[in-house]
Amino acid sequence: MVGDSTAGVGTADRLSLPPRAISEVRAGLGDRVYTAVVLASVWLVLLLAAGLVVALVWESWEAIRTFGFAFLVTSHWDPVAGEFGALPFIYGTLVSSALALLIAVPLSLGAAIFLAELAPSWIRPPISFLIEMLAAVPSVVYGLWGIFVLVPWLRDWVQPTLGRTLGFLPLFQGPPYGIGMLAAGIILSIMVVPYITSVSREVLLAVPGSQREAALGLGATRWETTRIAVLRYGRSGLVGAVLLGLGRALGETMAVTMVIGNRPEIAASLFAPGYTMASVLANEFTEATSDLYVSALVEIGLLLLVVTVIVNGMARLLVWSVGGPVRGTRE
Amino acid sequence: MSGLTFGAALLVICPLLLILGFLLYQGASAVNVDFFVHLPKPVGEAGGGVANAIVGSLIMIGLAVAVGLPVGILGGVYLAESRDLRLPWVLRFVADVMNGVPSIVFGIFAYTVVVLPMRRFSALAGGLALGLIMVPIVLRTTEEMVRLVPNALREAGLGLGLPQWKVSLRIVIPAARAGIITGVMVAVARIAGETAPLLFTALGNRFWHQGLDQPIAALPLQIYAYAIAPYDDWHRQAWAGALVLITLVFMASLAARVATRGRTIAR
Repeated sequence: MVGDSTAGVGTADRLSLPPRAISEVRAGLGDRVYTAVVLASVWLVLLLAAGLVVALVWESWEAIRTFGFAFLVTSHWDPVAGEFGALPFIYGTLVSSALALLIAVPLSLGAAIFLAELAPSWIRPPISFLIEMLAAVPSVVYGLWGIFVLVPWLRDWVQPTLGRTLGFLPLFQGPPYGIGMLAAGIILSIMVVPYITSVSREVLLAVPGSQREAALGLGATRWETTRIAVLRYGRSGLVGAVLLGLGRALGETMAVTMVIGNRPEIAASLFAPGYTMASVLANEFTEATSDLYVSALVEIGLLLLVVTVIVNGMARLLVWSVGGPVRGTRE
Repeated sequence: MSGLTFGAALLVICPLLLILGFLLYQGASAVNVDFFVHLPKPVGEAGGGVANAIVGSLIMIGLAVAVGLPVGILGGVYLAESRDLRLPWVLRFVADVMNGVPSIVFGIFAYTVVVLPMRRFSALAGGLALGLIMVPIVLRTTEEMVRLVPNALREAGLGLGLPQWKVSLRIVIPAARAGIITGVMVAVARIAGETAPLLFTALGNRFWHQGLDQPIAALPLQIYAYAIAPYDDWHRQAWAGALVLITLVFMASLAARVATRGRTIAR
């Protein structure tokens, strides 16, 4: 903006007019006020972001001071006795997210490749549209569907079958509750797919056409072109897309809370109920009776924030490395 | 290979169709005029509704827009118009990272900053949490839309002797107005469905709210409360509420998409 740098001479890089045609482009009062207001709101955003971290650290300080590092590695969550260990939640978050990615990544990448490279042009808009509509469904609606449709299906069909056929694996042992880690992983995968698909598709579309042409010119088939020229070039961006999906899965609250069973224990089986960091916040925050309890919960929230910021930060940098930052990924 | 990827794309769409199908099947029978007009009734009494939840959601969306709209638009205009190198990069990065922060964390922030000092749950806290979620979305879409305004408009304004601030305010922003509004609609569609940040800020209310500094109902909160309850009638109402919610969200998203058709950066 003109108010930022010395006005007049030198601003011609944004315009194609010679300097003397712009008469007296001083930073007048209007410019100064406008610039001040705009910069104020920019700094407000940055301060809010910083304030978010500060507020969480402030509220969780009591728990940090009381438990220290043990908070992250202890499994004992006993609000009545005032002993808090967050390991079951960390475990639950990681396992449900990992399961979600395991299911979602092949499907999303496949769909993204289909949409960006291999689909005939008439089919791209409707399928892209449907996938973006998936992203618009509120989390609580996924949870509702999960409780009344997915869980009975798992309980009556999927889990007994898995238990009979693959029951020798500790992953598939235990009573078929329906509710549990498997349900959470499946619901999360459905929620995460549209994000990975749309960002992957943008990454693949950002690959320069010259790469494809070079491969085709060397005699590659359609799939070979896609594999050699496009996927390899966009590899870091695709990793970034998967990380974005991971970031979303880590923080997902309502749908997971409704189907995971809310039991703060670590179990090897996917059929067992579990608990995630976001779920314990949703369930217990309004029930927290003591200051230490609230502080422990806020510390879990801080942990969640730190982890998702790191994952999302890395994801952004990777995605930007392919297309540039101003492409404006549409969430 | 094309077949495999096509199969993947189909598999990806299936859940959406399943969810919509079940919503229509289960929820359509429970949606009637009563549903929109009445307050929730005690368990066992027929004919309750979610009127307070719908009004509550609208009020908090209004509060959120009041918080998120000015900050987001000004920030987006800054990102699109500034020729600085570092501050825009930082702002863009912070906004994108904020986009990925779980919404429940914003709820904790609003709890710490509004609920604790006021010593009560309130619509204001819920509105603040939702507004914070809106800011990065509005910011990024405003930036995209303002970037699309042709430079010729800016040059024409400056060439006529207008100061830079008038060019931005009176020429560029009105030119991008449609796109900015659709960006706001996308953000509103997103926050309309948010439940987690409201759990311990607005808290929910089975009656009409008594003021903005009191707990207030919201549609997603009501759906959640009904879904995890043990009563069949409440389950039916949860499905109906979900159908209403998803209809509103889809309509807003669809309208935004239709309005921005053809406005994306040319590939």
